[in-house]
Amino acid sequence: MSIWEYANPKKFMQTSGIVLPWVSALAAICLIIGLTWGFFFTPDAVNFGATVKIIYLHVPSAMMAINAWVMMLIASLIWLIRRHHVSALAAKAAAPVGLTMTLIALLTGAIWGEPMWGTWWAWDPRLTSFLILTLFYLGYLALWQAVDNPDTAADLTSVLCIVGSVFALLSRYAVNFWNQGLHQGASLSMDAKDHVSNIYYIPLLISIAGFILLFLSLVLLRTRTEIRSRRLAALLLRERIA
Amino acid sequence: MDLGKYAQVVLWSYAGAIALILALIMLSLWQAAITRRALREVEDRQGKPNG
Repeated sequence: MSIWEYANPKKFMQTSGIVLPWVSALAAICLIIGLTWGFFFTPDAVNFGATVKIIYLHVPSAMMAINAWVMMLIASLIWLIRRHHVSALAAKAAAPVGLTMTLIALLTGAIWGEPMWGTWWAWDPRLTSFLILTLFYLGYLALWQAVDNPDTAADLTSVLCIVGSVFALLSRYAVNFWNQGLHQGASLSMDAKDHVSNIYYIPLLISIAGFILLFLSLVLLRTRTEIRSRRLAALLLRERIA
Repeated sequence: MDLGKYAQVVLWSYAGAIALILALIMLSLWQAAITRRALREVEDRQGKPNG
């Protein structure tokens, strides 16, 4: 068995049809547990007060905003190299999900920043690279809509995705490159000393798992819709020609 | 529970994020439903199996 079997739309539809309900249910369970635990059963932080509860939304959504673009990059490279339509459609399907994650990260960050930093927005390296990533998401979606031929659209959006990857990586590592920004360091680290206190850590991990599973289920659902939409367009074209 | 002076900040964050997630889920389900229905109609018309 090879992963390339799933480049076949029929095989992808069969497998994703079985997997999707389970992934969706797991996503709902993890999100409900993680967010409820974080919101209701964790104490206020000494320096941040109750605003610490925002990390259960802000950190997972920011992670997924970047990781969604990385997933789109991999799918785009597969399209450019191997010309598998499912991979191009999966990249297209992931873009609105990634955009929503980016908006959540920006929104929760701005709402948190106002009382903590005294401003909704600052031209901080991480915030600015995140804003540029948002614009890349919007540009990517607009490009898919602007080009009629789906293969040409997939080619052009794949190139845009490769270019935008610079900003996705910059969003992730901006706090390490520049020290002068307002944004604090990463909340999670492989080194236990560097990440948030254990009281917040476990619900945060569950929330992150929920966001990853939510992303996966929405990408599967939307890719299935894209495959059906492509088949619909092909059948309608055949009908018009006949 | 008491969120203190940051109650509005926390509640607006949760409300905004949950609203965005729900809107995306609803939009995705709606697009899936209308595409599935349209494809079924065309396949039935052309005598092809449902995909």
